[in-house]
Amino acid sequence: MNGAPDPGAAVADAVRFEYMLRLADTSLILGQRLGEWVGHAPALEEDLGFGNLALDFIGQARLLLSYAGSIEGRDRSEDDLAFLRDGPEFRNFTLVEQPNVDFGHTIVRQYFIDVFQNLLFEALSASTDAQLAAIAAKALKESQYHLRFSTNWLRRLGDGTAESRRRVQDAADRLIRFTPEFFEADAVEQAACTGGISPDLEKLRGAWNSEVARTFREATLDLPKPQHGAPVGKRGDHSEYLGYILAEMQYMQRAYPGASW
Amino acid sequence: MYTQGLDNLGQQPATSGSAAASGTNSISAEERARLESLFQARVDLDERIEPKDWMPDAYRQTLIRQISQHAHSEIVGMLPEGNWITRAPSLRRKAVLIAKVQDEGGHGAYLYSAAETLGISRDEMMDQLLSGAAKYSSIFNYPTPTWADVGAIGWLVDGAAIINQIPLCRCSYGPYARAMVRVCKEESFHQRQGFEIMLTLSRGSPSQKAMAQAALNRWWWPSLMMFGPNDAESKHSAQSMRWKIKRFSNDELRQRFIDNTVPQAEFLGLSIPDPKIRWNEASGHFESGEIDWTEFFEVIKGNGPCNRERLEARRNAHADGAWVREAALAYAAKRRSDPITRAA
Amino acid sequence: MTTEQWPLYEVFIRSKGGLDHKHVGSVHAADASMAIEHARDVYTRRLEGVSIWVVRSSDIVASDPQEAGALFDPARDKVYRHPTFYDIPDEVKNL
Repeated sequence: MNGAPDPGAAVADAVRFEYMLRLADTSLILGQRLGEWVGHAPALEEDLGFGNLALDFIGQARLLLSYAGSIEGRDRSEDDLAFLRDGPEFRNFTLVEQPNVDFGHTIVRQYFIDVFQNLLFEALSASTDAQLAAIAAKALKESQYHLRFSTNWLRRLGDGTAESRRRVQDAADRLIRFTPEFFEADAVEQAACTGGISPDLEKLRGAWNSEVARTFREATLDLPKPQHGAPVGKRGDHSEYLGYILAEMQYMQRAYPGASW
Repeated sequence: MYTQGLDNLGQQPATSGSAAASGTNSISAEERARLESLFQARVDLDERIEPKDWMPDAYRQTLIRQISQHAHSEIVGMLPEGNWITRAPSLRRKAVLIAKVQDEGGHGAYLYSAAETLGISRDEMMDQLLSGAAKYSSIFNYPTPTWADVGAIGWLVDGAAIINQIPLCRCSYGPYARAMVRVCKEESFHQRQGFEIMLTLSRGSPSQKAMAQAALNRWWWPSLMMFGPNDAESKHSAQSMRWKIKRFSNDELRQRFIDNTVPQAEFLGLSIPDPKIRWNEASGHFESGEIDWTEFFEVIKGNGPCNRERLEARRNAHADGAWVREAALAYAAKRRSDPITRAA
Repeated sequence: MTTEQWPLYEVFIRSKGGLDHKHVGSVHAADASMAIEHARDVYTRRLEGVSIWVVRSSDIVASDPQEAGALFDPARDKVYRHPTFYDIPDEVKNL
């Protein structure tokens, strides 16, 4: 670095910590959900595909949690943050804690987040926070592949058989309500944006809407209008599903406090 | 992962199209004898047999059975460890476990691919597995009740598999040998991952160490059984050896595994659940106790602790996924009839 | 039990710039785009690929091993294609 002050540092550590947790927890919980599929996918090749996705998200989560821990300065490791926080302290989007249900639901959930992450990670690659920019650049490459995967599957299922269309339409109708959370900036995101760490979410909304509308058209699906009222996971208000996810994920560390693995 | 106990010639239905594929029905006995001796000469010279080469029908059937059973074992093997992915005790362990289980799926894919070169289809093989007609390595019918079982599987089961699989890299059938080269490159990470888990546990708290010891107790004997029945009991090995499908005897490989593993257990500070294990200076090998073969045959027959659950899980995945596979085909068919719109 | 079958594709991977594509195996997929994704997931988990080709197995035309004699033996006689056929004095470099 050239010694000039890092404008991103002007953003309070508390805000940066919060912001990193939101990114990290979304990747972590989504990775956890995708890990549930391994061994149970419709074909062997999809088992491998979901495994790759899960690995990408767990990898992102590890980088982001480690970074968050170092910003916080309380010596919490990636595992401390993943395994020893309770539900209200988690900052993931509510969308990613929704259950897998079936392949169609999983693909719709994946597609919604992939379009968003592509836009977000691209913007974050230009973040004034250098380390976040580096993590985002790597995650962007992964996200581009994820988007290709979920877009192709959404098209196949939407424009496949009557049954497949029914299932993904149903999934879209149920899951759309969790997407407004992506774009409704709160104090944390506004502060991060002002500091140049993260983009103006309002600018991403239009791009997200038009990309999703186009793919839904290609997939012969109706794009439902989101209702409001879903819990806002990024502020720690979660659906009932998160508790079960954490109970399973955190069990070993809770049962053997202080042990090394 | 591969077990040698399943190479039973002529005891299972194989594939429908094989006789026609090799055209053996339409040739005279003299011609067949000539072709077989040419074939054996090639095998003796360590030449690789490739998919379109002439081969005896029994060679083809034996390979189809062996390779598909090996593939099934990899696929079913994803389950005992896969069920710990969501509960892995650290993020690093979770990531490594996902990668390992994915590798196993990938190995299954390479092997199904190799088997298909012999004239059987993936669908046929899937049907054989899901209907219970096909065999797979019995080791995966055991449960993984604790995290330490994940370590024990990597250390012992993958360890045994490596010993079985390295010789197969030089087996006479080209696609199988090449698949095995790929598999073996990836397998050593699996064993190291498992051993590292056991090492961490054995150096941890007393309850972690006890967890590791209990897992070793559960997996030791089933791992030895992965090498198949004692040589005296293996009636069909001779032909497989002549055809270089099998390159070492069951007992030889089992002994190699014991010799490798006993010092590793000592290093871990864990004890092997066999009081007869003793170093024999004269032979240069470890002596060991008799295996209880009744358990082995019960598990192979389908009465193991998890046989039903494993197959049920695969059946459910397959049934639940039928609409997905159909949709993909329907979509592709629509694209073919409308050349303007192509998949990206 | 199952009637639907995703067609078989053969997979060729170029692992590094400058190398040829090598046949590594096959995958099942409903269409070519999926075949590329499957090939990536099955055969390049350790970064073994810069380029993937997939071809419908039914589109591959292979020479018949029975004809190997007619196809390949004549080339065996034509040793002038091999560098060792020519006797070049040791002092000559770069040949």
